[in-house]
Amino acid sequence: MPERGLTAVLRSSTALRKTARSCGIGGAALMMFAAILLVAGKDPLRAYMDTFHYTLANTYGFSELLVRMTPLLLAAVAVALPARLGLINVGGEGQLYMGAFMASAGAFLLPKAPGWILLPFVALMGFLGGAIWAAIPGILRAGKLVNETVATLLLNYVAPLIVSYFVFGPWRAAENSAYPQSSPFPDAALLPSFFNTRIHAGLLIALAALLAYWLILEKTRWGVDMRAIGGNAEAAQRLGIPVPTWIVTALAVGGGFAGLAGMGEAMGIAGRLRQDLSPGYGFSGFLIAWLAGGRALGIVLMAFLFAIITSAGDTLQMTQGVPYAVVNILLAMILFIVLASRSAGGTSK
Amino acid sequence: MSVPVAAPLLDIRGVSKRYGAVQANDKVDLSLYAGEVHALIGENGAGKSTLSRIAYGFTRPDSGEIFLNGKAADVHSPREARAHHIGMVFQNFMLIPALSVLENIALFLTDLPPVMHPQAVAKRILEFGERFGLTVDPHAPVRQLSVGDRQKVEILKLLMAKARILIFDEPTRVLAPHEVKALFRVFSALKAEGFAILFITHKLQEVVRCADRITVMRQGRVVGSFGSGQADVETLVTMMFGERGAIGLARQAEVPRRPAEARPILELRGASSHATGSETPLRGLELSIAAGEIVGVAGVSGSGQKELGDLILGLRSLSAGSKWFCGANASSWSIARMRESGVAFVPEDPLLMAAVGGMSVRENLSLGTGRRYQSGVRTDWPALETTMRESFEALAFPIPPLDPPIGTLSGGNLQRVVIAREMAHGPKLIVALYPTRGLDVRSAASLRDLLRRERDGGSGVLLISEDLDELAEMTDRLLVLFEGAIVGEFSRGTWQPEEVGRLMTGSTEVNVA
Repeated sequence: MPERGLTAVLRSSTALRKTARSCGIGGAALMMFAAILLVAGKDPLRAYMDTFHYTLANTYGFSELLVRMTPLLLAAVAVALPARLGLINVGGEGQLYMGAFMASAGAFLLPKAPGWILLPFVALMGFLGGAIWAAIPGILRAGKLVNETVATLLLNYVAPLIVSYFVFGPWRAAENSAYPQSSPFPDAALLPSFFNTRIHAGLLIALAALLAYWLILEKTRWGVDMRAIGGNAEAAQRLGIPVPTWIVTALAVGGGFAGLAGMGEAMGIAGRLRQDLSPGYGFSGFLIAWLAGGRALGIVLMAFLFAIITSAGDTLQMTQGVPYAVVNILLAMILFIVLASRSAGGTSK
Repeated sequence: MSVPVAAPLLDIRGVSKRYGAVQANDKVDLSLYAGEVHALIGENGAGKSTLSRIAYGFTRPDSGEIFLNGKAADVHSPREARAHHIGMVFQNFMLIPALSVLENIALFLTDLPPVMHPQAVAKRILEFGERFGLTVDPHAPVRQLSVGDRQKVEILKLLMAKARILIFDEPTRVLAPHEVKALFRVFSALKAEGFAILFITHKLQEVVRCADRITVMRQGRVVGSFGSGQADVETLVTMMFGERGAIGLARQAEVPRRPAEARPILELRGASSHATGSETPLRGLELSIAAGEIVGVAGVSGSGQKELGDLILGLRSLSAGSKWFCGANASSWSIARMRESGVAFVPEDPLLMAAVGGMSVRENLSLGTGRRYQSGVRTDWPALETTMRESFEALAFPIPPLDPPIGTLSGGNLQRVVIAREMAHGPKLIVALYPTRGLDVRSAASLRDLLRRERDGGSGVLLISEDLDELAEMTDRLLVLFEGAIVGEFSRGTWQPEEVGRLMTGSTEVNVA
């Protein structure tokens, strides 16, 4: 009986129910991961304590969470925006690489320009790089030639090769030829950082992108058009909404955001173009957008969670001597549990 | 009236079924005897479909019993229904277009040996065909068959699977007049051999013509049952709709209208279009629609009707010829421009073609209004709402709540929302694509009234329909479409259904009837 009372309270508030459910999912995933750590002969409680200590309870650790969140937020918006039209963009990684590439090209093109010219120019180039890379699948899809999922996925393999070519070839750093990377960018092209940490202006760009995403979808007539296409493309087209134009635009703008993420990693963190500039932020962005159901606030929360988990990987590697890759197990578990609970919710309704 | 003495083949007793708040079937009794054609009529939502689904084992009743040959039977699934010799012909035929007639039928038969003997099956198909007037070429691929022939294959399939009870869901909806006559001849042949036929329909004339018994349903109950010759159309309509009466039904005998001597609103000059996949290419269409006239387009399904509608809307581009709207060359106008210039679209299935189910009624009202309610990057919702409320009031439609998703509205209310939106800005041309398909007699009549009012108010109307009765009642001019070309043009009152039917099917036979 008291249980029924509790359930009733939970049911009475959808927000409360959703929160409880998310906590349940998180808890279940942490328990299962703990079991795996136990089997591996590690102390899970200790592992979690360490993680907490080195991330949330520590100023430097917390700043690093925000640094990690920056590209994740942008990569998630890159997926969430086209998703409103029913488009599946799995090419965030490639778009991120092309953003970094084009931004670098901009920086090397105008090495003498002052910061107030070079920074906006570099950002624009980064956006364009991602946008062009996503517009290609967009055009193919709008012309009913190739499915956008396939095209965006395949282009992920092309973009890093272009970057590799340049960092091994024309842009290769002169001072240290052992490591494939470009020479440093001019100082004026570097994103300003804050509070003596690695938090850089990219975070502001990411939050602005998220705000723009929310405003466009919820407050403008474009949002209505986009949701109409996602809801019923045939009806939308018959009602005069230019569906092919929207497909290209939404993918390009989304790709542009992923490109900004790449620009941020190059100009805000590395200071030069590197072959390994992203540990899969583009793919994580897909999961974040998907787990958040495209909701802006959900994207922030999920990106924060992902940042903690990937930081945990570093921590555990150092303190517990487990390989970084174990956190992939945790990520996969969260994904599966969300999947399972969603489909269970779907059938029971 | 013949009263068979034997036990009915199918006896439904006191069957009830409830879906949420809707009592779809309420203690329904219905018996079906060998050797009778039994028509089941009623308006949309009266419970006909639910009843037929229960009889075919798709749906389990909440209470009540089904007797087959006098014995109580539990029909849990269509498979069991077939084992009890019950077969159903659906509106959308269950055939695989790429396979031949023979293969389609063989797929359905459970008693074939593992290694099929095609000649033997073909022989049986021909035998059955001859016996019941269902001749088709067993080796023809189904995709090449006309709708009428596909229906024959469906019936053959059931007969060869030893069905004794045949349930037809609106079998005549898609047929040309001479095909309807052929179907009724098949009914007679089946009747003579002791088969039982239950058919659901909205066309009352044909019910009166060919049914031995008529059962009328209203709001989930059986409200009347008549023998052959006991009821005329008027009686049936009154029974179907109760005291609300038969509005707008007796308008068939309208005075022939003289088409207004106005300049054409829409003209197609030698308009052609390419087609991909299962579409039909349009070939050199010459068409003009003047203000104040209804131009009808007849044709069997797949003759290019949808493509014609899409061409006018601007969804499909011209490969040759030109399109003129109010005197301007509109050949390359976008859909948005066509709509803004005054083209409205009333489709058959709004949820598929004209509305987004997951979005609110308000948002749906804003779709397709082009630049009318744009204010900067936002939509001017109050202005939109004012105009739409006026439109609802002008049409005497009730205004639904604007916030819930439009998909939660009932079919009739949903179509009213779409119509209110389409009529809100005084359209010059209304393209109606099978607008009354799936509507019950009363809703269909009120929609036809609406189209006539718009016509009288000076709009041009293009009415694409498969229902020749509707076209006869409505149109000032009738075009017949066959394989993407216009093969006949008639002014009001100058055509016979049989003649149009032959043109529709591209048939050159003179004596089909």
